[in-house]
Amino acid sequence: MQDFKLIQVKEGILAENDRQAEAIRERLRRAGTLLVNLMASPGSGKTSLILKTVQALGADCRTGVIEADIDSSLDAQQVASAGIRVAQLQTGGLCHLDASMVDQGLEALGEQDLDLIFLENVGNLVCPAEFDTGAHLNVMILSVPEGDDKPLKYPLMFRSCRALVVNKTDYLELAEFDLELLRQRIEKLNPDMGTFPVSCRTGEGVEAWTAWLKGQVRALKE
Amino acid sequence: MHELPVMQKVVEVVLRHAGKHRVERVAAVHLQVGELSDLQEEWMQRYFDRLSSGTVAEGARLKVERTQARLGCRSCGREYPWSAGAASQACPACGAEGGELVSGREYTITSLEAI
Repeated sequence: MQDFKLIQVKEGILAENDRQAEAIRERLRRAGTLLVNLMASPGSGKTSLILKTVQALGADCRTGVIEADIDSSLDAQQVASAGIRVAQLQTGGLCHLDASMVDQGLEALGEQDLDLIFLENVGNLVCPAEFDTGAHLNVMILSVPEGDDKPLKYPLMFRSCRALVVNKTDYLELAEFDLELLRQRIEKLNPDMGTFPVSCRTGEGVEAWTAWLKGQVRALKE
Repeated sequence: MHELPVMQKVVEVVLRHAGKHRVERVAAVHLQVGELSDLQEEWMQRYFDRLSSGTVAEGARLKVERTQARLGCRSCGREYPWSAGAASQACPACGAEGGELVSGREYTITSLEAI
């Protein structure tokens, strides 16, 4: 019988993606453009939050959007019809975005003359958390109907984000959703995570969220 | 859920190293997968089998070791194990809150057993 030989490899498969992500982050930092990766479940209100936020930010924060969908362009059409600069990425069945796809999206969008770019990731709380997109900030949206137990089920997602927008707070009256319990659960997982309760429908809380975001855009330029 | 793109990369790396060492057949692939990764070993193997079919890596077994999630303290630099269900993520040495995740989300191909 032949002897097996052991070949040392020690190669991480995320290494190439991480390098590409770092290059995107650095390039956009120099240009003074903040890239925000929005991650959430399908139907949590990613597109609604983008529309509300761009409206609230106004003309002094030039904003572009990269939409990622598995196989449609509905969201991009909605964003474009609001007069916002947008590029559509179709992942062709892939459940997340990686840095090379973000590079393609940035090229399609054009990175110039923007202060802020939203990256609307594929609706999914698992896979997008594992891949660095090159964003300066990861933001998660959790909508009230999804429940306050999500930090227990998707710890890596909560761990990977700097801010949580709790959307659809107009449903709080109807739902068994405990905002305080959610905050306690997040505190144990990721004390750096800021929480912003928002209702995209009524506009409640949008001001506090956009004020924080404006601060982040300013901080990147300094 | 994203076993397919991950296993595509794994097969690429395995075949590149197999080619470099001119092996006839890869019998096993040793992998370290962070415990925070959601990948299922059964599906990793199925996708590997499909993607490596017809290559020198066809039939190789995946030997997966799950690596512990660890945080690095921003204040004193100590690394300590962390689990998602833990009551706190504070540093056991100095009590500082909010360490950086230093391991637990990696996919590393450590070695190949080959003929």
